[in-house]
Amino acid sequence: MSDETSEDQKAGSVSTVEYNRNLSPGERKWEENTLNPALEKSPERSAIFTTVSKYPIQRLYTQADLSGWDAEQDLGYPGAPPYVRGIHASMYRGRPWTMRQFAGFGSAQDTNERFRYLLSQGQAGLSVAFDLPTLMGYDSDHPLAEGEVGKCGVAISSLADMEVLFDRISLASVTTSMTINSPAAAIWAMYLAVAEKQRAGWKQISGTIQNDILKEYIAQKEYIYPPEPSMRLVADTIEFSTKHTPKFNPISISGYHIREAGSTAIQELAFTLRDGVEYVEWCLRRGLNVDDFAPRLSFFFNAHSDFFEELAKYRAARRVWYKVMRDRFGAKHERSWALRFHAQTAGCSLTAQQPHNNVVRTALQALAAVLGGAQSLHTNSLDEAWALPAEAAATLALRTQQIIAHETGVTNTADPLGGSYFIESLTNEIERGAWDYFEKIDAVGGMIQAIERGYPQREIAKAAYRYQLAVDRKEKIIVGVNEYVTDEKPIEILRIDESVAQRQAARLRQLRAERSNEDVERCLKVLRKAASGTGNLMPCLLEAVKAYATLGEICDALREVFGVYNEIAVA
Amino acid sequence: MPDKKIRVLIAKPGLDGHDRGAKIIARALRDAGMEVIYTGLRQTPEMIASAALQEDVDVIGLSILSGAHNTLCDRLMDLLREKGMDDVTVLIGGIIPDGDIPRLKKAGIAEVFLPGTTMQAIVDFIRQRVAATPHGA
Repeated sequence: MSDETSEDQKAGSVSTVEYNRNLSPGERKWEENTLNPALEKSPERSAIFTTVSKYPIQRLYTQADLSGWDAEQDLGYPGAPPYVRGIHASMYRGRPWTMRQFAGFGSAQDTNERFRYLLSQGQAGLSVAFDLPTLMGYDSDHPLAEGEVGKCGVAISSLADMEVLFDRISLASVTTSMTINSPAAAIWAMYLAVAEKQRAGWKQISGTIQNDILKEYIAQKEYIYPPEPSMRLVADTIEFSTKHTPKFNPISISGYHIREAGSTAIQELAFTLRDGVEYVEWCLRRGLNVDDFAPRLSFFFNAHSDFFEELAKYRAARRVWYKVMRDRFGAKHERSWALRFHAQTAGCSLTAQQPHNNVVRTALQALAAVLGGAQSLHTNSLDEAWALPAEAAATLALRTQQIIAHETGVTNTADPLGGSYFIESLTNEIERGAWDYFEKIDAVGGMIQAIERGYPQREIAKAAYRYQLAVDRKEKIIVGVNEYVTDEKPIEILRIDESVAQRQAARLRQLRAERSNEDVERCLKVLRKAASGTGNLMPCLLEAVKAYATLGEICDALREVFGVYNEIAVA
Repeated sequence: MPDKKIRVLIAKPGLDGHDRGAKIIARALRDAGMEVIYTGLRQTPEMIASAALQEDVDVIGLSILSGAHNTLCDRLMDLLREKGMDDVTVLIGGIIPDGDIPRLKKAGIAEVFLPGTTMQAIVDFIRQRVAATPHGA
């Protein structure tokens, strides 16, 4: 298939990898006298060795791979442009990354207990997983919520649930990340309302809302509204945050889900940063000053299995974003240039078979993220392919980070692998790959255009299929799955039953009986009117949540005004 | 009579948006010579049963990673029975606890494919199954 061949070329066939290597006399001598005889005696196991993204890797990297590379210019120092070595001068000697484990299941009460447990075990910040009805803007008692309540995350249908979620947790001293996208503005309004009730000042509270709608269309598919009104909501939250919650990250521009959907590392990087460009453009069109909001844009990457590819990806990300902010947007402030990111180890790499192997996978992936300079990290639990984390599995995942932080010595120095011929070369190549994609997406008029044409979605689906073929053909070995297979006994897993849904339905009945339905109606009317206009919706959303309008009621009001998005099903 | 192409409906029931596997299987089945209809996301059991009837499929492949499989499968199997579609083979792939498999099979699910299943295994299963229990025969 010509499609596949040209992709292999792009990815870099063996010949293009060898291209441009200006061998030193020493290396030439080594090839003649040491390498070639060795290969004759014992040929290599394969004609080509690739990363998990199918990027070809040479048998050796030397100074021949870094001609034209200048350490002062291209590598620099931590905490300074081009930020390849990290965004803080002292990196983890100053402060370790935040251990921020994603958690959420069942009711707000169930999750509150898990939160308080994880905090007691040394977790540094909270990260909330919401259930599918919440993610899709439905109340727990909506017909479409049947069977789904509390299964993938916590069920939050109103401010009342949010209050329970953060019971005995001080938002003034704990930072919270919330993985919520289409309903992000409304959920964030609930969080802000809880902060107010706790008397935690908006100027002091810190955290993140994922709020990255573009990657929903591309990969995670939790979209509700069409792109234009969705981008408006994102811009509203960024604008509001810039004014009122200066320590909050109103967006976490994500590649994790893109990677989970099957993309390569370069695609993950390119699509994420290009999404970032799109958000910056929308905010600028809004009239915001780039240096006012750019410092609070944050990112979220996957930590996948190919150790060095991931490491190089993070380093390339920082250099690319620095150049984008400085050159494309003319940002002047250092904090606008520095890419801050959270990482999560790759869920899609974990197996249902021999789940204890996953502890090892996660540890190695976490190490790559740490060596890559992540600001914040989630490590998956061993039961990832079976269910939401059981308490023991979640604890072990947290311990994994703690062991890396306290026992391995990797935090002693910034960017430990900086200067490695291999790492610098791979960083350069991944950066080049990202710019290629930027060009293509710019050429069609931007990311929204590209999405409407199905471009990133198709690239991802192709990469996913290629990967599956490789696994099925045993070209790619997955230990315990297609090699080293054993008979096993099932493990204990977390189960969430339908009682959560029943309790939620009862709570909603009570809520609707106790609140002022007049107030709610009025707030929703105001919201609908504002949504039809161009004003910032955050103030109306705050009023609505405080009147105990439910998430479903709020999202439905917006559905009425914005319409809904229907993806053209392509497989 | 020439061999009729096996017709498969690949469906994403419920709110789950993870479509990586569904798309891969749809492509694999197509490459194996089957006629594949992919429903897209967020289909209710009603929509799936209706599509399966309309498209006169031999097989329905459900992809569920959300934990809602028991509720969704029960409802779908009821609807298929109502519509007289008992001979349609229903398969599930996704995140399904071991412990739920017997119950699903009792409800009429022909097979549950867990993570780690190869595309070929699914192709082979469908071919054998449809040959042994032809739909509409």
